[in-house]
Amino acid sequence: MSEPLPDYLVQAPAVAARFAKIKERPVVLEIDHLGRQFPGEHGPVVALRDISFKVHRRELVCVIGPSGCGKSTLIRIIAGLDEPTSGRMLVDGKETSGPCPERGMVFQGYTLFPWLTVKKNVMFGLKMQGMDGDQADREARQWIDLVGLTRFADTYPAQLSGGMKQRTAIARALAANPRVLLMDEPFGALDAQTRAQMQSHLLEIWRNVDVTILFITHDLDEAIFLADRILVLKAHPGEVQEVIEVPVPRPRNLSQLNSPEFLATRRRLEELIHPRVEAHAHEHLPIIRLTQVGDDVE
Amino acid sequence: MSRPRWFSVRQELTPKRSRFLGVLAFLLPLALWSLFSYIPWLWHPMVKVTDPGAVDWMRSGMLINRHDFAKEVAAAEIAHTRAPVGFRANPIYFPAPHAVGRALYTAFTTAPVLRGDLWLHQSLWMSIQTIFWGFTISSIVGIPLGILCGSFIAVSRLTEPFVDFVRYMPAPAFGALMVAIFGIQLEPKIAIIVIGTFFQQVLVVANTVRKVDGALIEAAQTLGSKRRQLVLRVIVPASLPDLYNDTRILLGWAWTYLIVAEVVGVSSGISFFINQQAKYRNFDNVYAAIIIIGILGLTIDQILAFVGHRLFPWKNPRPSRVRAFLGKLFGIRPASAEKPVQLLPQ
Repeated sequence: MSEPLPDYLVQAPAVAARFAKIKERPVVLEIDHLGRQFPGEHGPVVALRDISFKVHRRELVCVIGPSGCGKSTLIRIIAGLDEPTSGRMLVDGKETSGPCPERGMVFQGYTLFPWLTVKKNVMFGLKMQGMDGDQADREARQWIDLVGLTRFADTYPAQLSGGMKQRTAIARALAANPRVLLMDEPFGALDAQTRAQMQSHLLEIWRNVDVTILFITHDLDEAIFLADRILVLKAHPGEVQEVIEVPVPRPRNLSQLNSPEFLATRRRLEELIHPRVEAHAHEHLPIIRLTQVGDDVE
Repeated sequence: MSRPRWFSVRQELTPKRSRFLGVLAFLLPLALWSLFSYIPWLWHPMVKVTDPGAVDWMRSGMLINRHDFAKEVAAAEIAHTRAPVGFRANPIYFPAPHAVGRALYTAFTTAPVLRGDLWLHQSLWMSIQTIFWGFTISSIVGIPLGILCGSFIAVSRLTEPFVDFVRYMPAPAFGALMVAIFGIQLEPKIAIIVIGTFFQQVLVVANTVRKVDGALIEAAQTLGSKRRQLVLRVIVPASLPDLYNDTRILLGWAWTYLIVAEVVGVSSGISFFINQQAKYRNFDNVYAAIIIIGILGLTIDQILAFVGHRLFPWKNPRPSRVRAFLGKLFGIRPASAEKPVQLLPQ
């Protein structure tokens, strides 16, 4: 390390100006003192406690936290697939609940309809809203072009690679014209290379579409690379630990992965998320097979 | 590369070997049957008398237990009378393959013994009608009800306990009742097939529908699907290929009920033919009729499998040879759905 890392709170003037502008935009999604308890054997288990945050229009917010922090429960509640036990959720200032296309969702497991082609999958939400076939077809084509699957419009999902499946899922969710796009570890099942491609691809889509994104991940680099702000949760119970404004300027590219701002943010996230190592220091792996003296593996 | 093994755990066979084994599956039982039919010292517990000799109770052509025959021969030797002559044979209920093979043809060409009795093809047609109507009526009610049971827990709780209860009552037990209600023609037989199939069908369909991936239903909900659309646009298409296979299996069960159903009231159809031929001791015809049922069942099943392959193109990404051939013939560009694609476009 030649230079000490800057503080992650230090923002370049351009970045600070951008955050000021974002805060002037209307709030699309507001989560207000949201809580969720599950019944357990020894009394109720608190999965989420007193979660409050606001997401502004066209903002990209990542939610990150250790496993068991309830980030998946949180996004399922926002999608309307689970009910909170307390608190409210507002979209464009109106209280709402239950699944609705205004809160579109991209799942980790793709969840494409295997009996429909890529185009028919993208048309699904449009048809559900009562759009007639021809118009839905035209709109679906535009979304398919946007995610770069023009050649595969008539292909069934089973024949697509993981990355292409997830692009289809993104197109399908966006076609239904959501106010907020919820993404639940969408690239978690992809290999590292495809994952990096998809991250850049998502940013490009987001630049071209008027949509607000709430993105769940457990990958620190992914969160910093994508997000305007990162919501860091802590586990047991799931609570907001800190909200970080990412000081890395936009447009983002892969060369920024080693920039001082990026590394500073990463170091802060690691402090927040990774538990102290000493707690496990006394644990030793049992050595089952002893190696020969003179083995030169190290 | 070394030659692939015949037996390796869960490894695909070459198509050639796979076909070979499929043929062997039929040839092996046939070979066993032939061995016991044509090799005289294998089994053959009877003796067919060709010359009764001096034994007054024997007749030419009689089938006699081998030991009884030996006793008579020994007795004749002691009494110095003419010994009976015969050759070893199998019991009448074990006809040789060639006899059954011949019967497969002659059963269709032989006129019925009694006036008013049916030809074999007429009996068969009757059976097919019975099973068709029985299975169709059962499916028209059973499949939708099963889908509702699989989709809505309330429907499932309302119907399944009772369905489960009736399922344990053997369908033939309703025979006398059905005759009293529907008379003695085909109707009571159709009713028994319906009773035998329907209750199983509801449960099987409900279980298949329950296996639909819940994530697909959630995805559809976030895209704005309401209850009715979830059932019709997600649950039904998602379970359709499995439902189709269930139906194939249930149709096999319906054939089993057919045979019991046909002896209810006035015996009819292929069962009537079998019973009648057994009465005349034409066991080659009996075997022929049973084999015909097997061939008919297998043919229908294979046709359904073939059709199923084409009904659900997303289930078989490999291009079918028929389609490829027709495509070449008419210069049709193969649909992109048939090309397995793995590369990600940049």
